[in-house]
Amino acid sequence: MSGTGAPLLEVTDLAKHYPITGGRTLRAVDGVSFTLGAGEVLGIVGESGSGKTTLGRTVLRLTAASAGTIRFRGEEITDYSRRRMRPVRRHMQLVFQDPYASLNPRMSVEQILAIPLQVHEPGLKRAERRDRIEAVLSTVGLFPEAASRYPHEFSGGQRQRVGIARALICNPALLVADEPVSALDVSVQAQVVNLLLDLRQRLGLAILFIAHDLAVVGLISDRVAVMYLGRIVEIAETTTLFARPRHPYTEALFSAVPDIGGRHDRILLQGDIPSPVSPPSGCPFRTRCPYAEAACAEALPPLVERAPGHFAACRRPELTLSSPLSPQPVSRFAADA
Amino acid sequence: MSAAAPLGSALPAPARGARRPALRRFMRHRLAMFGLAAIVILVVACAIGPYLSPYGPLTIDLRHRFQPPFLGPHLLGTDQLGRDLLVRLLLAGRISLTVGFAAMGLSTVFGVIVGLAAGFYGGWAGTALMRFVDAVLCFPQIFLLLTLAALVSPGVLTITLIVALTSWMEVARVVEGQIRSLRERDFAVAAEAIGVSDTHLMLRELLPNVMAPIVVAATLTVARAILLESYASYLGYGIQPPTPSWGNMLNNAQEYLTSAPWLAIVPGIVITLAVTGFNFLGDGLRDALDPRLDIHR
Repeated sequence: MSGTGAPLLEVTDLAKHYPITGGRTLRAVDGVSFTLGAGEVLGIVGESGSGKTTLGRTVLRLTAASAGTIRFRGEEITDYSRRRMRPVRRHMQLVFQDPYASLNPRMSVEQILAIPLQVHEPGLKRAERRDRIEAVLSTVGLFPEAASRYPHEFSGGQRQRVGIARALICNPALLVADEPVSALDVSVQAQVVNLLLDLRQRLGLAILFIAHDLAVVGLISDRVAVMYLGRIVEIAETTTLFARPRHPYTEALFSAVPDIGGRHDRILLQGDIPSPVSPPSGCPFRTRCPYAEAACAEALPPLVERAPGHFAACRRPELTLSSPLSPQPVSRFAADA
Repeated sequence: MSAAAPLGSALPAPARGARRPALRRFMRHRLAMFGLAAIVILVVACAIGPYLSPYGPLTIDLRHRFQPPFLGPHLLGTDQLGRDLLVRLLLAGRISLTVGFAAMGLSTVFGVIVGLAAGFYGGWAGTALMRFVDAVLCFPQIFLLLTLAALVSPGVLTITLIVALTSWMEVARVVEGQIRSLRERDFAVAAEAIGVSDTHLMLRELLPNVMAPIVVAATLTVARAILLESYASYLGYGIQPPTPSWGNMLNNAQEYLTSAPWLAIVPGIVITLAVTGFNFLGDGLRDALDPRLDIHR
């Protein structure tokens, strides 16, 4: 379902390295490439420390990339200054994981929502601004009266709606949703996911959906990229990925999804994700991979297209990896909501 | 917001909601209340007191020279020329308090600007700025003050500037540290993602969240400014007679320390009262606004 023509977002060999003490380097994101078409939803999954959040923020130029290029709407924005980024920002917005921390506690919802309009549409009259705020509040399912309230007067789910409203008020083309539901109750998660799905359909929004929860990602994404230690190890359309994962790490992630009844054998990964300061030689996943061979330590396996649109960075394509989830993993929400 | 939250409510309520518990904590702080009362009384007395007194500050009452307090027509006694001590004390208070508040204002504004710039822009410039602050802090304040005072002609304006110049560093450090950590917070990142200007980010998003420590530091700065002005004036480098200030009243009293000790004791008590008042107020504000007492943040 990738977009036709030039993609909305094209990321090539993107890297974000942090220098740390002792002259060493923390490679938070390394050699990441992907494209995102207009109106497409790309899920990014991986465990904590895999570089998902850094990737999202680097794409939005909230942190400077160390290497690689970011093309957005045909413009290469990789080296844009803060000033040059400003007009671009209205088209690319961010939704945060923690709806408590991402809203300024000292501003009312109306003030919070007015800022993007003041920045990007300064010609707007006061009444027009009010209308826009009211409209976006109804878009995200909040009442107009919410405008005069302060963030702490809302529940977590409502705050996340305010955060989404702030991201949407200038009609962006791209939304980076950084674990937008991880901090919410499961029932509220379903509401917010449904809201995002609905918005995507109505507004043709492209979403980079970052999460560690495969069920949520599978529900919302057209394609899914699996990240491990700052790299994409597998990327494919959601249905193919869920039907047949081609990287052992993806299989392990699937295996980790809790289910009632215990109908499959768990693949329990040993230990923690290795330090991105000194990643293992060769395949970064080999230290925890149940299928690792001696040869895996030799060279970093490249992302290879194993099936149409299905890329995996594993040097053992002969493996038949299992996925316990159905191609439409909706059962969890259907049961909980 | 309308109804006050019940006491001991466990509900997290930052920002506006938190101001009420903060106010309550402040009102319960006895020393802070004492400090506030002392300051209010001093300010009001200095502002209107001289108008109510039958004596002028320069009125010489030769029949009552060296009158001890409470033992004659002059309530707090008189000096060697028979000038009314109370009136002089209140007029001196106007000068000393004005210097204190003005120096506080100046040093706070300057410190906030330096701290904001260093914390916001960071990098080598921010580091250089803060190392400069550290260097100035290392220098003994009183010597800095006296050196500066010896170089310029003393007066109310210059002493205010000098005191301000020697007391902005603490505010700068507080603000720098806070801004640096606040900048990483999600709401600041959110503002950046929107593409707001640096000025907006600094003044509308970040600075309001640093107001509490700034207010505390500013209050304590008033106390220190009053004390510094007194030092300088006592040593003769500050406010020059005949303009009275609490410091130069002490200077004047030196000669008569054994014969007319009240000339030193009375201004001494008032300086103590003002300085401890502001310090207690500052402590109270610190306790009341302490974010660690605020469950949510």
